[in-house]
Amino acid sequence: MSLLKYESQQREPLVDGNKDYHQVTEDIIRPIEMKPSLLWYIGFYISVGLLLFGVYSVYREVTYGIGQWNVNKTIGWGWDITNFVWWVGIGHAGTLISAILLLFRQGWRTGVNRAAEAMTIFAVMCAGQFPIWHMGRVWMAFFVLPYPNTRGPLWVNFNSPLLWDVFAISTYFTVSLLFWYSGLLPDLATVRDRAKTKFRKMFYGVASFGWTGSTKHWQRHESLSLVLAGLSTPLVLSVHTIVSFDFATSIVPGWHTTIFPPYFVAGAIFSGFAMVQTLMIVVRKVLNLQDYITLGHIEAMNKVIVLTGSIVGCAYLTELFIAWYGQNPYEWYAFKENRANLFSPYGWSYWLMMFCNVVSPQLFWSRKLRRNITVTFFMSIIVNIGMWFERFVIIVTSVYRDYLPSSWSTYYSPSIWEIGFYLGTFGLFFTCFFLFAKYFPVIAVAEIKAILKTSGENYKAKMTDIEKADAEKFYIEEVAHAH
Amino acid sequence: MAGGIKKFVVGTFDDEKVLFPAVKNVRKAGYKIHDVYTPFPVHGLDHAMGIRETSLHTAGFIYAITGTTTALTFMSWVFTKDWPLNIGGKPHFALPAWIPITFELTVLFSAVGMVLTFCYLCNLAPFVKKHHFHARATDDLFVMAIECTDKTNDSEVQSFLKSAGAQEVNVQEVETGWWIGTYDKTQKLYKEEKGY
Repeated sequence: MSLLKYESQQREPLVDGNKDYHQVTEDIIRPIEMKPSLLWYIGFYISVGLLLFGVYSVYREVTYGIGQWNVNKTIGWGWDITNFVWWVGIGHAGTLISAILLLFRQGWRTGVNRAAEAMTIFAVMCAGQFPIWHMGRVWMAFFVLPYPNTRGPLWVNFNSPLLWDVFAISTYFTVSLLFWYSGLLPDLATVRDRAKTKFRKMFYGVASFGWTGSTKHWQRHESLSLVLAGLSTPLVLSVHTIVSFDFATSIVPGWHTTIFPPYFVAGAIFSGFAMVQTLMIVVRKVLNLQDYITLGHIEAMNKVIVLTGSIVGCAYLTELFIAWYGQNPYEWYAFKENRANLFSPYGWSYWLMMFCNVVSPQLFWSRKLRRNITVTFFMSIIVNIGMWFERFVIIVTSVYRDYLPSSWSTYYSPSIWEIGFYLGTFGLFFTCFFLFAKYFPVIAVAEIKAILKTSGENYKAKMTDIEKADAEKFYIEEVAHAH
Repeated sequence: MAGGIKKFVVGTFDDEKVLFPAVKNVRKAGYKIHDVYTPFPVHGLDHAMGIRETSLHTAGFIYAITGTTTALTFMSWVFTKDWPLNIGGKPHFALPAWIPITFELTVLFSAVGMVLTFCYLCNLAPFVKKHHFHARATDDLFVMAIECTDKTNDSEVQSFLKSAGAQEVNVQEVETGWWIGTYDKTQKLYKEEKGY
């Protein structure tokens, strides 16, 4: 039954400071009950401003057509699909943290899973915008769904990777939302039961679905979380695999690559963790949660970053090698001339990607740098820039010089509305995140309480003393704590 | 559909180490534990209370295979019977190409079905109002509610709970409704069990 039965005394505590259950509640819930700070208002309004700019950019695109973007017949997928893949990739870390790390019994996930899941949901919301508005005649977007229609019924093509994408992204969004919200219920109930104001009582009363904390309910809740984690794990892998199929199943040189699925999944985890770092470093500071998101958590995530960054680097080199070894002149041209040649029109983007994703994360082999917050913060941004360029390189450099030199297009640079749309999704993302950080518990309160007596600093210290004095008594205590 | 008034003796505990023996003693003494409300999942408590394992995962499996069959039958019907399309001369029954959607629908059906079943079984929904025996049950206290029958001497139960280590003991009268829960009918009789 127990998910975290034993924790070695050698491990560093996951919850610092002298905490008891009530203190955990206080620390995490208090920011919800306070007035937002000036900084919050500034951040929130900047986000809303960006969002409005995005809305206007989309309005231009819908009214005047895709021509408002600088994409053309050769480069049909430009910033929009680059951004789509980038956001979807970011949206993978949340489920990875909450599902895969749950199955792997990684206790440190409890500090960051809630915020990472929220980030996932918002990132997928942003990602979804791009293919939808890219359709041009967006009022016909529902044509992608297989509904009985009056045209036959003419069904959608179930053999098309683009349709797989529709199913993958919408399933991913739904399941992540359910996973996140079912985990939130007990914590919302905690907020409700502490609420003093009428509004808060009502809002959290409705939002917590009448959760009581009954043992039977917890038992079902545990079962639900475990099965959802088990389902989300292959799901998260399938989603980016399917996104990579959008490219890999085509015969465009540079896209037609069998290693795309694992390479995309590793890249997604890589960029997702970088985004979690960016957000959590700010959140822990602003909301005073350093005891719950410790240096240990940051280090653990940096380890994932260096691992996945190296997998991605390995994939880049494999891809390059196979392009040469495969002796397909078109493919080799795409890799050698369109990408690796620094002096080709987009060569700079390839090398920028290489630097950001492969070279710079290697700094994290050093424990000192992994535990340095400033370095981590800058690195997380560099990684996300690098991962954006990875998608840009894959998409644009594969198509801008194709088989027919007369249709080459080397002058693609985004229009203001194309950039505006991208900025708009940042607005959407951060508007949602600011609201989340203000009105929802950013850390899974109940889950922290469940690990407190095995991983809390004060409890660990106590246990170490007991262990030193009497090994047998230690064992009994350990079992008592690990019910 | 209110089911009248029921009386409960409520005791609060602030430590799992006290709670577990208390649960054992209360059950041994023959009292019926209505429920124990905890701020987080206390592992082994369901076992100690004699609650049977949940079958929610079985429901999840059934929803999953429903999703699998729905996806496969629908896609094969569309592409072999209803409107066969010639896509590059490839077979109409293109099973490998349907794997992604089949998988996604399996997961979707299972997840949505399980969450709805979970909410149904636990009577969770927006605007549902329930009786909360203690406000701190979602904060830092473990709250045990013992159901009183006509024969129960509640002052006796109260002193029993006190001696079992309860911090705060009181009697609450609750108007029962559909939400109060019926699962405790299946509660097993107490047997001396090892492991907690």
